[in-house]
Amino acid sequence: MTYEFLMASAIGVLVAGGVYLALRARTFQVVLGLTLISYAVHLFLFASGRLVLDRPPIWDAVQGGALAEYTDPLPQALVLTAIVITFGMTAFVVILALRSFLETGSDHVDGDTVPCDSQDGMADGDAQP
Amino acid sequence: MTFADHLPILPIVIPALAAPCALLVMRRRRGLGIAISLVSCLAMLAAALALMARVQDGTILAYAVGEWPAPFGIVLVADRLAAMMLVLAATLALIALLHAVVTGADRKGWHFHPLFQFQLMGLNGAFLTGDLFNLFVFFEVLLIASYGLMLHGQGPARLKAGVQYVVVNLVGSSVFLIALGLLYALTGTLNMADMGLRVAQIAPAEQGLLRIAALLLVSVFALKAAVAPLHLWLMRTYAVSTPAVAALFAIMTKVGVYSLIRVVPQVFGDGAGAAAWVPAPYLLPAAMVSAVIGFAGVFVARSMSEQAAYAVIGSTGTLLIAVAGWTPDSLGAGLYYLAHSTLAAAALFLVADVAARRRGGFGDKASPGPGFAQRSAVGLLFMLAAIAATGLPPLSGFIGKLLILKSVAALPDWGWAWGVILTTTFIGVIGFARVGSAVFWKRADAVEATASAASRADIAAPIIALALLAALSAGAGWASAYANAAAQQVLNPTASASAVLEEGVR
Repeated sequence: MTYEFLMASAIGVLVAGGVYLALRARTFQVVLGLTLISYAVHLFLFASGRLVLDRPPIWDAVQGGALAEYTDPLPQALVLTAIVITFGMTAFVVILALRSFLETGSDHVDGDTVPCDSQDGMADGDAQP
Repeated sequence: MTFADHLPILPIVIPALAAPCALLVMRRRRGLGIAISLVSCLAMLAAALALMARVQDGTILAYAVGEWPAPFGIVLVADRLAAMMLVLAATLALIALLHAVVTGADRKGWHFHPLFQFQLMGLNGAFLTGDLFNLFVFFEVLLIASYGLMLHGQGPARLKAGVQYVVVNLVGSSVFLIALGLLYALTGTLNMADMGLRVAQIAPAEQGLLRIAALLLVSVFALKAAVAPLHLWLMRTYAVSTPAVAALFAIMTKVGVYSLIRVVPQVFGDGAGAAAWVPAPYLLPAAMVSAVIGFAGVFVARSMSEQAAYAVIGSTGTLLIAVAGWTPDSLGAGLYYLAHSTLAAAALFLVADVAARRRGGFGDKASPGPGFAQRSAVGLLFMLAAIAATGLPPLSGFIGKLLILKSVAALPDWGWAWGVILTTTFIGVIGFARVGSAVFWKRADAVEATASAASRADIAAPIIALALLAALSAGAGWASAYANAAAQQVLNPTASASAVLEEGVR
């Protein structure tokens, strides 16, 4: 199994899971979905500099200097920026979802005032001992 | 380097400095916080006007941040279009700030002024940057600030709409990053001017990827511009925001339009192979659908702020009908209409707030309520704002729509464009007339006005916005000449590319 295949399938699985969760009705799952999507995006950005193994992120002109001899450093900087931004955004959206739940009594993204317990089947009492 | 050489970065530096200062002093001395915010906005306006004067003769100012040469470092580019957007943003910010201070909206939370400044920093940065990843960063800056501003004042309705707004924009940011990653992998650069040169050399095997990247990028901009079918986040967000904030948000959808106008001719222009003018076939239908949806929403809206939010969508649609032609004439007409529609939408939000503050519990609902102070004055303001938003004479909306109609007449699909623009105008007029007569003419009997003794000064901000619209129509000759020149400059990316890249060589 090549490195490329591993990377590509990891991105694919993360996006698939992320999209599924982001389309769910309740905020916690949506937040998790967004987090998965952002992981996939970070891996993707990282791969945009081509996957090169065991090479320094500096182009050494003295030692021959073939372009295959180094890793592109820019995507790493981009990923770092993206991670910082996503981290802040995720923290924000978690707090926002929590406040929204506490103030409206519902954790539905689309604003339905469905009580929380009635959608899991828990309202029927099957979760009660 | 003299001080004047640093002019292009001033619109970013000023709010970046003002925001933390306002944050520090806000808690103890509110007056000082307001003063800082106000001075910062005035300074931004001055810097933007100075930039406009510098670039008016067609110069393109390229500012290499930190003296890193252009394709490698981040470069700020100030041309006619960027200067115009900066002036528009600073003007709008002053109006919104004035309204927020006069109505006391900035007192509903601790951090209004710092967030406001950060929002402006993001806007100005997005208008100035010549680097795609930097554009993403400034988008995030303005979004993060807008989340805070949108939730300003709190309450369940805002929180609910806020969750949706944040989630939609987080998804948009992810798609933006994917598009950027693809473009970087294909071209090896993030500088817009450099990328525009390099897309021509992409191997045939990778043309499909380039097309995908272009379409992803364009769809992100369409999401920000609230073009149908990506408009659904806008109504609730704008309708529940604090009105002063909603007035400022009037320019946020225009950031999406601006990015489209900036990126498509420069990067996906004639030389871009499979991605050449890639959004062109989709943009015109989408624009027409959003115009129809927007003005249909104006027709059925239940409250004045909801109506204003729909008017934002409709005007963006009308604007994009002009942009979708990608000819100098139509783009110039579109740019004139862009300035107009931003101010008109802001005026609508502000008038809605002025009426709501006087109607007590009735708010800005489109139903007959009690009589209130200055009813005829406020009604007159609403009528003027509605005239502006729909594009009737004598205000600048009429001139803008006339210019758009004239310019698209040269395009192949002009029949559709004319039909949509004229029909939506008609529908919009009826919609505004319905709400205006319900709010300002009819009177619900047996209901006493519960309105507080609102300060009468709060009609100042909408009056200023409307006066600016009047000025825009009085100075239409100069303004549309400037817009046409800006459009020509945008559609000639080689000049901008050489200005940017030679700055790097120096």
